[in-house]
Amino acid sequence: MEPVIVFDRVSKEYPLYHRVTAGLKHFLLDLPGAIRSLRSTRLEVLRDVSFTVQRGESVGIIGRNGAGKSTLLLMIAGVIKPCGGTVTVRERVSPLLELGSGFHPDLSGRENIELNGVLLGLSRRQVLTKQDSIIEFSEIGDYIDQPIRTYSSGMVARLAFSVLVHLDPMILLIDEVLAVGDFAFEKKCLDMMLSFKGSGVTTVLVSHALPQVEQMCDRVIWIEDRSIRCCGAPSEVIAAYIEHSKPTDKP
Amino acid sequence: MNQLAGMMNRLSYYWDLTVVLTKKEIKIRYKSSVLGYLWSVVNPLSFALVCYLAFQIVFRIGIANYPLFLICGLFPWQWFSNSVNTSTEIFLRNSSLIKKTIFPKSVIVLALVLQDMIHYVLSLPVIAVVALHYQVFPTLTWLYGIPLLLLIQLAMTYGAALFLASINLFFRDMARLVSTLTILVFYCTPILYSESMIPPQYQWLLYVNPLAPLMANWRSVLLDGCLLPDYLLLSAVYALLILYTGHQVYERFRWRFAEVL
Ligand SMILES: Nc1ncnc2c1ncn2[C@@H]1O[C@H](COP(=O)(O)OP(=O)(O)OP(=O)(O)O)[C@@H](O)[C@H]1O
Ligand SMILES: [Mg+2]
Repeated sequence: MEPVIVFDRVSKEYPLYHRVTAGLKHFLLDLPGAIRSLRSTRLEVLRDVSFTVQRGESVGIIGRNGAGKSTLLLMIAGVIKPCGGTVTVRERVSPLLELGSGFHPDLSGRENIELNGVLLGLSRRQVLTKQDSIIEFSEIGDYIDQPIRTYSSGMVARLAFSVLVHLDPMILLIDEVLAVGDFAFEKKCLDMMLSFKGSGVTTVLVSHALPQVEQMCDRVIWIEDRSIRCCGAPSEVIAAYIEHSKPTDKP
Repeated sequence: MNQLAGMMNRLSYYWDLTVVLTKKEIKIRYKSSVLGYLWSVVNPLSFALVCYLAFQIVFRIGIANYPLFLICGLFPWQWFSNSVNTSTEIFLRNSSLIKKTIFPKSVIVLALVLQDMIHYVLSLPVIAVVALHYQVFPTLTWLYGIPLLLLIQLAMTYGAALFLASINLFFRDMARLVSTLTILVFYCTPILYSESMIPPQYQWLLYVNPLAPLMANWRSVLLDGCLLPDYLLLSAVYALLILYTGHQVYERFRWRFAEVL
């Protein structure tokens, strides 16, 4: 077993930039205040988080809204940097964090496949050779030459997921993507991810769909209050999470 | 050996990215308007017409072939001004790409500038036709003069656009500032008038404005068929400086992009 993702005492704070992004005038008019606010108003999202993911493992990440799951995934993908600690990723990451990012509504499905495929790391030649099988997997049929803005959200998700599975990723990062497909397509996606798992792809899955997480993952990490609350076998962690999330009866 | 192959791979991927993103920009531009290409020519042409009426008919500026003189400067200027003005908002418009994918984001800006460059290149025949009308004939200088100037303007525009696109994420009112500044720079650049018309005590303006030697050179190549070597050198130095600055600023801030969007 060899670790492919290593988080070593990682912390992440978001500076609250609102004062700066409000515009030059506000910034200059209140320069000392602006600089002070840059320093002081920081939102701590993660503190001293350490974990390792082995090659071929599927890890689920759960936690309430705003716990920092997406932030964690962004750091694995290398879109943002941690403020403290180190993140080591030893393999090529599938850069897709959310379905359909990078699609342009006015382009047709086919044009979007080329665009999206290249944006996500394939060469143009690779996209071209895979195009037919992508279209087939998506089951969109003749609609593929219509502009994406005429698609239903489920169809967009289908197309995006079809591109995703053709990327041959070594590490698959998934952030709530299976929510919009219909039952049949959801099943197809799950099968696909299971087959990925069989072929040694490392998966990190962020989801609120707990049954799916339990079915898919070898290990689950529960993030609560800036750190890892609990990490271990899916059934146990999810049970503890559900227990914790129950509304407490207050008078 | 392995390293070399890796680098070639990365370069060819960078190229593919540039191609698909530029293609996307062009397609969108054509899909959203019926007249697509025509607009990119009509716009500077109609502006040239206004300037012609104002300066030739009203002010009686003493320049031969004034309409041709005008478009030789206005067309390349239009490229610069369009690119720089759209660049301020480009990262905002592509925020989902910035936040969700990991390809080098500078390519988005490069594609934008390339798209405007292609439109400029496509409008060169219009200049040639107008030139023929005034009995000005294409010369051999065009063969190397145009590519050289294209390259210099590409570097300069890309550097400026990259700088503005990055900075605008932190100071969101760049767009206003830039549109005002471009108008200012436009009138300080010898496009409506020739360099020789600038009074001696203001000649230094030609040397502190990075666009001035470039635009003057465009006109010299297209109109007189001669490439001015000192202007060429000066604009190349400016282009490299601007490119370097833009790239440094981008590199310095790119980690913050996903956080502030
Ligand atoms: N770019 C940003 N700037 C400032 N704060 C941010 C930024 N992105 C996220 N945050 C804050 O960081 C915290 C964690 O956000 P994150 O998106 O990681 O949550 P999450 O666990 O993915 O939530 P959800 O389940 O709703 O997707 C939130 O409180 C959010 O407000
Ligand atoms: Mg999230």
